[in-house]
Amino acid sequence: MSTLPPPFASWFAERGWQVHPHQDDLLARAAEPALLLIAPTGGGKTLAGFLPTLAELADGRHRGLHTLYISPLKALAADIRRNLGRPIADMGLPIRVEDRTGDISHARRQRQRADPPHILLTTPESLALLLSYPDAPHIFAGLSRVIVDEIHALAESKRGDQLMLCLARLQSLCPGLRRVGLSATVEDPAAIGRFLAPHPAPCPVVLADPGPDPDIAMLETEAPPPWAGGGGRHAIPAILDEIRRHRTTLIFHNTRAQAELFFRDLWLANDEALPIAIHHGSLAREARQKVEAAMVAGDLRAIVCTGSLDLGIDWGDVDLVIQVGAPKNVKRLVQRIGRANHRYNAPSKALILPANRWEVVECQAALQAVRARDLDGTPRGPGPLDVLCQHILIAASSAPFAADTLYDEVRGAGPYAGLNRADFDACLTFCATGGYALRAYDQWHRLVEKGGLWQLRDPRAAQSIRMNIGTITATETLKVRLKPRFGGAALGEVEEEFAATLSPGDTFLIGGEVVRHEALRDLTVEVSRAPGRPPRVAVFSGTRFSTSTELCARMLAILAQDRWPGLPAHTADWLMLQRQVSQLPRAGRLLIESFPVGAPGTWPGPGPEAICLYGFAGRNAQQTLGLLLTKRMEDEGLHPLGFVASDHATMIWGLDPVTDPAPLFDPARLRAGLDDWLAGNAVMKRTFRSVALVAGLTERNHPGRRKTGRQATFSTDILYDTLRRHDPGHLMLRITHDEAMRGLVDFGRIEEMLARIGGRIDLLRLPRVTPLAAPLLLEVGKVRLQGRARERLMEEEAARLMAEAGLAGPAPGG
Amino acid sequence: MPGYRFDLCGAGLAALASGALFWPDEGALILSDLHLGRSDRIARLGGALLPPYEVTDTLRRLQADLAATAARQVICLGDSFDDPAAADLAGEHRRRLARLMAGRRWVWIEGNHDPGPLGPGGEHGRELRLGPLTFRHVARTGGGTPGEVSGHFHPKLRLAGQTRPAFLCDGARLILPAYGTYTGGLDARDPALRPLFGPRALAILTGRAPVAVPF
Repeated sequence: MSTLPPPFASWFAERGWQVHPHQDDLLARAAEPALLLIAPTGGGKTLAGFLPTLAELADGRHRGLHTLYISPLKALAADIRRNLGRPIADMGLPIRVEDRTGDISHARRQRQRADPPHILLTTPESLALLLSYPDAPHIFAGLSRVIVDEIHALAESKRGDQLMLCLARLQSLCPGLRRVGLSATVEDPAAIGRFLAPHPAPCPVVLADPGPDPDIAMLETEAPPPWAGGGGRHAIPAILDEIRRHRTTLIFHNTRAQAELFFRDLWLANDEALPIAIHHGSLAREARQKVEAAMVAGDLRAIVCTGSLDLGIDWGDVDLVIQVGAPKNVKRLVQRIGRANHRYNAPSKALILPANRWEVVECQAALQAVRARDLDGTPRGPGPLDVLCQHILIAASSAPFAADTLYDEVRGAGPYAGLNRADFDACLTFCATGGYALRAYDQWHRLVEKGGLWQLRDPRAAQSIRMNIGTITATETLKVRLKPRFGGAALGEVEEEFAATLSPGDTFLIGGEVVRHEALRDLTVEVSRAPGRPPRVAVFSGTRFSTSTELCARMLAILAQDRWPGLPAHTADWLMLQRQVSQLPRAGRLLIESFPVGAPGTWPGPGPEAICLYGFAGRNAQQTLGLLLTKRMEDEGLHPLGFVASDHATMIWGLDPVTDPAPLFDPARLRAGLDDWLAGNAVMKRTFRSVALVAGLTERNHPGRRKTGRQATFSTDILYDTLRRHDPGHLMLRITHDEAMRGLVDFGRIEEMLARIGGRIDLLRLPRVTPLAAPLLLEVGKVRLQGRARERLMEEEAARLMAEAGLAGPAPGG
Repeated sequence: MPGYRFDLCGAGLAALASGALFWPDEGALILSDLHLGRSDRIARLGGALLPPYEVTDTLRRLQADLAATAARQVICLGDSFDDPAAADLAGEHRRRLARLMAGRRWVWIEGNHDPGPLGPGGEHGRELRLGPLTFRHVARTGGGTPGEVSGHFHPKLRLAGQTRPAFLCDGARLILPAYGTYTGGLDARDPALRPLFGPRALAILTGRAPVAVPF
């Protein structure tokens, strides 16, 4: 028996719709303080979240804001506003719905603060901004429900941590507030529940019917995949066939650069001129919106895309998803597969295409995991302190606060439930005084305590705090536009680092077309179209995920099989050959192969000796292992020259063969290397940059200000080096260290690997490079060692340029 | 004294890897854009509370350069202080600067950040002529003065994947990199900077050892 109120029941009936049991459940349990709904894509999740709100508002008696809807994407908020508009108009409900994101006009935002709608659709950052205003209590008066959409995605990032701190703030303003989280399928619903619920309240979970198993297979091609790298271009004929056979195909890539290269080759092979398009986060908004509109209208047969299409916008009639490259993590694969066949209780159809031999094994492991419904995930650990620092500054911008009260409130947020007072106080001190060992800024503290309440010393500081709200700290990018005489259209963005390597005349790919760099003007790269020219590849930031622990374990299990009837012959033969000439890596042991790799002067450079160790710890950890081990080898006099890492192995080359690996793997010594030596590494600086921005130690470069004061801003690398030299115990360094250990450095997985192998190391001395090791020779991202190597490279490059310019002597201008 | 040696209008100069310029015949050490007190100024204006160590760090490097060159005179090419209030250094820094200034000629050229005579003593002026060279904060556009040595732009250049502060010189004019710890840079090829130089100009990158390259 449905709990639907009458107007809703007839509205459903008129459309011939059935209320899903989980939609009913959410109505029946509308009074729960916290509730989590887990439903597959297409399960009417969003409507389920809104039904209680619509029912409560139907009588027109509620004044002010009733429900806050928060999604990770602005586009999703606009989408939902359109979708909600229909039932509200059809039933004539007296409900006002508005969205509020960074994109809407200033006047409308002002009006929303004075006269809030019943339902406000927004993002975590816009909510944090609203909470920073002194009139926040007025804006949120009457707020009764919060709906957090795509909470599984938010829970994986600092955006989610910030959101939960904001909800704790809202809970104080509106004590009866109820929360609903909407999530795709996840491995640990209870963890998301603890994340969402106001601590220590429980969070019941409503599980919708997960629907039928997906129809998923490996896409096998006539041409074998390459040995390393990839991007799936060997499979373009097969993929074109699939596109022809389906209405709309989504082709997911793991990185933007790969998507661009793939799209270009797909387009060149598209003899029938099928309507295909590309969509990723570096493209101009106009370009993306055009693709989105065409897709909703059903005008496209295929879209080459990246994670920017991962979240639940309604993309129309997709009937096939192709994942190019190993998915690295089963959960994301499952969520991507859900994009196909956006109808409840119809199986999604997906193909997965390994881009190289290693990925054939990894894709096989992923298929097993999907069929077993065995999702992976890493618990995220407690809420990070840089986000808390920003929250304290936001609180101070809104109103004076007492430390005790704020501490209690913050612990009401799931990720901060275990926060101890010392850490809270360290964050408060950092916000107030900078928290330096040296007494400084006595007159210029940012926060001051007056009558037991903390407040901004200079209320004008609130403006810069508001300008810096948010936890997304993408690398700096430059806009790419056609030159004005070619129309000046915006094409997208490239990383500043990449733009810096471009000279006028260079060509690169963006939005699927080759463009020629013409000029750099006002922080915009001006280009012209250059069809037919060979492109240099645009280096986009596309996150490189590490293969998950679970997938690595499944891969080791596959390697342990006697034979591989499930694998394509080219891959089975490759593994068999490895077994004959060496060994296959085994769970619970560490295989290290040692072999000569050629005389000085041949690849890989002057190093005649190499080792390859199969740690299966994921790319980031294998990379860190390379850094740490080469340092250890240097200390042991083994003359390492360089290394390269993949998700499964690290190869190190040098002058001397390794004969006794055990001392290299001493965990205590590895950890020591981490503290002194790795601390100066670029990986740590990158992590520090993001921490410093989030915590408010430095400010974001806003486009206008960058233009005028370019030489005045200096890099956070300088701050990092200064802190390390003068204040090594500072809070920002501690946060950076903790974050890097979990993230880019991923030392946790090195420790996990060391525990797994427990000292059982098999060192094999072999006459030549082995079948499994050979692909690593082709991997990109080789790291050259020697501190002086950089200087030498610069000197060589300078000498070459000097000679080219005819400037042999040291006197300039002569 | 290691450094990249070159000639500017007859003056034999050495660009040091630290970003300072040394003129052995005059025993002169020339520095630009120290921006002392920057963290203090940002805090005063209600901004971020940056690690308050940049004065210590800049003076530490300056002390090392003075010791290595035994300079008899020091010329600071402006923006030595991040603003006039910042020139009022905290006690310990003031004493440390006074010790560095003791026993040598010290000339503060005005910059846009620090116009007018400021606290720490020494000589002061809008520009200084010494032999064939003229020292000022901002390079003059147009014909300019041969032998002009200036700062202001914080030039930097990228080479083999590394970006470094750099001296820029074309035989008639020299622009120094910023010496202060908390300073960023402007690309030497920027339209605001490159046209100041002739076609055969050189950039001398700072770092472990100075490296010269056309730009």
